[in-house]
Amino acid sequence: MATDAPGPALEFRDVHITYRGRDGDVPAVRGVDLTVAAGSSLGIAGESGSGKSTLISTVLRLQPKSATVTGQVLVDGEDVLGMSFKRLRALRWAQASIVFQGALHGLNPLQRIGEQIAEPITVHDPKAARGDVDRRVGELLEQVGLPAARARAYPHQLSGGQRQRVMIAMALACRPRLIVADEPTTALDVMVQAQVLKVLTDLVDELDLTLVLISHDLSVLADVCQRAAVMYAGRVVESGPAADVFERSAHPYSRALAGAFPRIGDASFRYAPSGLPGDPPFPGDVGQGCSFAPRCPVAREDCATGTLELAAVAEGRMAACRYPLVDDRADAHRGDR
Amino acid sequence: MTSPALEARDLQVSFHTGRNTSARAVDGVNLTLMPGQIVALVGESGCGKSTLARALLGLQPLAAGEVLVHGQALPTSRSGIKAYRRRAQLVLQDPMGSLNPRMTVYESVAEGLRIHGVDREEERVAEALSRVGMRPPQRFYTRYPHELSGGQRQRVVIAGALVLEPEILVADEPVSSLDASVRGEILALLLRLRDELGLSILIVTHDLGLAWNVADRIAVMYLGRIIEEGTTEEVLADAKHPYTRALLSVVPEIERLEPIVLVGEPPDPARIPAGCRFHPRCPVLQGGLPDEVAARCRGEALPLLPVQSGHAAACFALT
Amino acid sequence: MTMTRPGFDPVSPTSARQVTRARRRASRARTWRAFRSHRGGMLGLVVLVVFIALALLAPVLFPPSTISVTQATGEPMSPPTAGFPLGTDESGRSILALIVWGARISLVVGLSATVMSMLIGTVIGIMSGYFRGGLGLLLNRFTDWFLVIPFLPLAIVLATVLGASLINIIVVIGITSWPGTARLVRSQTLSIGARPYLERARALGAGDAHLMRRHILPNVMPLVLANTTLMVALAILSETTLSFLGLGNPLAPSWGSILDGAFTSGAMTVGAWWYVLPPGLCVVAVVLAFTLIGRALEDIVDPRQQGGR
Repeated sequence: MATDAPGPALEFRDVHITYRGRDGDVPAVRGVDLTVAAGSSLGIAGESGSGKSTLISTVLRLQPKSATVTGQVLVDGEDVLGMSFKRLRALRWAQASIVFQGALHGLNPLQRIGEQIAEPITVHDPKAARGDVDRRVGELLEQVGLPAARARAYPHQLSGGQRQRVMIAMALACRPRLIVADEPTTALDVMVQAQVLKVLTDLVDELDLTLVLISHDLSVLADVCQRAAVMYAGRVVESGPAADVFERSAHPYSRALAGAFPRIGDASFRYAPSGLPGDPPFPGDVGQGCSFAPRCPVAREDCATGTLELAAVAEGRMAACRYPLVDDRADAHRGDR
Repeated sequence: MTSPALEARDLQVSFHTGRNTSARAVDGVNLTLMPGQIVALVGESGCGKSTLARALLGLQPLAAGEVLVHGQALPTSRSGIKAYRRRAQLVLQDPMGSLNPRMTVYESVAEGLRIHGVDREEERVAEALSRVGMRPPQRFYTRYPHELSGGQRQRVVIAGALVLEPEILVADEPVSSLDASVRGEILALLLRLRDELGLSILIVTHDLGLAWNVADRIAVMYLGRIIEEGTTEEVLADAKHPYTRALLSVVPEIERLEPIVLVGEPPDPARIPAGCRFHPRCPVLQGGLPDEVAARCRGEALPLLPVQSGHAAACFALT
Repeated sequence: MTMTRPGFDPVSPTSARQVTRARRRASRARTWRAFRSHRGGMLGLVVLVVFIALALLAPVLFPPSTISVTQATGEPMSPPTAGFPLGTDESGRSILALIVWGARISLVVGLSATVMSMLIGTVIGIMSGYFRGGLGLLLNRFTDWFLVIPFLPLAIVLATVLGASLINIIVVIGITSWPGTARLVRSQTLSIGARPYLERARALGAGDAHLMRRHILPNVMPLVLANTTLMVALAILSETTLSFLGLGNPLAPSWGSILDGAFTSGAMTVGAWWYVLPPGLCVVAVVLAFTLIGRALEDIVDPRQQGGR
């Protein structure tokens, strides 16, 4: 895996992102610090309004024009936010790329798959020979498990899983070192999801890439990533080794989110659906104190006041909670794992 | 023995895909739903589960077979079907799309009552909204769908179904488009409705975890047929059919089973393989079976699983 | 994602309907406010109101004797003077009086033809989009058939057969313009028909009539209304053309027939610009007014409201 990497592949330093809305400013991301070591994988979990998609849009400086970003987003040590446009263009796709949700509108329905995969290649190297480009496209398709001949297909001729794999091939086109996958398996069936995740993880291992995986599905992150960070209302509320965050959550929200993915075979999940009352807060709808307090099953009086910072709860684990959960206070759902 | 609330016998549903071709979305299904039972119909996209659910509600014409409601065949006359609608209701996946954006919550819930000309409308609407947890109901009467959250919208849809006092509820992916932390509440609501009102519920889903959470029995569908059926514990903790075992093995965080990632896509319902419809992708067959068994897998059609017969799976390799 | 805002006053059951009505009023007020901020739309509305006022006040401003040929008091073909601000025609009638009366005819014909076209077009459009099988196809073919009927030859034929009258003009315009509305309505119906709430209503036991009336029609109407204002503009233009060709009622002073009079009496050869320009300008002004209003409505109705849903 990573040998003596000089520094983290990706780092967020005190990132705040605010949208200029019709009725005032909406803080989508309210101070995020995250580090991803080169060659490792980080999963970012969160639901609507958590700010995770907004946060990673800054990696390639793709956030909407109405968004104001403060802080630093460092890709291989360089701040993307402060870069010149020329440097940014060179970075986009060739150093870091994003795998978008292929199921939706990621692909142009009027263009063949091969042309769409070739596009970033020709943008970065306009003088590349046609034959070389075609060969590279074929190589990429085979890497994601599709026959090279499929390059001549149109998106509607592929299934959802195949389209998602095309998105992965596209992301790898210019040999980046960092891949960000934004909800790559949402809207896919569990078997197709397994296929796509297998392709992604095999490639990340083989090419020694750094992976940041965004999902609302904590169980997928626990399976695929080394570390996980859970976001709620624009902040990171817990981070640590992925398996720990999923199975031995320290923050009540992480525990509730994990509980929404029942462990098949675990009797404590039978006829006991667990969920939270209310809904994830609208960005900007958060008051004082802990933003999760209104829905927290173990909130105390002082949770709704003061400020909350991430604090270490164990070796390599942090949680933004004054009363983090520890193993012996875990509820029945932890069962006998 | 009480009669099933809802029963499908040798059900087939076809779609025309071209001028002379058709696809059998449902290719022979026996399924029962007993009163007060929750059955999960599980499968991937294209397996025909949504079509089957709609056929059970009379929303899809049958190519063959029959649907029985408490032992009696589904009515065919217009008025008969309309009367049936009061007894069996549908909850769809996308709550935003399920509600007319121009109708208030009150109007959406009252719609069913108005269609059937039921009296004491406001009383019933208030009761239905309370039952799904939207209290006080009056507070929500004049809201429009876009002013509600996803979970609330789904509750309104469920209230709209409950207001007709059905015995049977068919829910097609009721929580998959909701945020993860909100799903539990809706599922808990369905369980409560079963406990309090004795509703029989058929949940169509691709999420095995959901089935583990709330279902009494599970039927696994593949390419238009049910290939395994039994109680939830039997099917999920002790799966027999290779397809079910493969599905379970790839659910994240299941560590008991070695992941079996199937190759290829589920085939087109218009081109169903001969013999066992799963055999082209079957890991057990690929792993090597005695010749006579393999020949049966490839050439011999499997019989339909009989109605509610304990834990059964349609597989030659098991016999 | 939106959340419920706490503090919403609870309403007692019996007044739920009244509050719903109040909400609908509020949303109409919002639409009006949006329209008011639309400069083009407001300009069109002002112009239209002026013309409508003139049309309504015609008998008061210019008693019928002023447009009667036999009771004309002015010098024939004379340029504008104090007594006759827009000059006179070949019979000595005040052009201004003719114009004001002409506003009546043009607006009435334009509006009634449009209403006829809108009614037929909406009904057939919804039905052809809703019924997928034989009936829908049949209605679609029917629409296509009428779409290709040429407007002018039909008008001439009808005028020859039934005699020249304004009713004929209304009929002709109605018959040839409803397919446009029908196609618009049909495509909107098709897109609504795919939405889950129709399936839900069907599952509740709704019949076709309920679905078309309660779900499709309300969602189609905003688009139809915006389209209608544009159609009125076209109808007025069509009426002017037909009257100019002499197919309308020769006694009714519509703007088109005024132009016809100008043409046949050789007003252009003698340089009587006051006879030719005013009716033409009026047609342009009214058509432009309707077009501006229609565009404004389209802007308000289409993207913003339907985008958030």
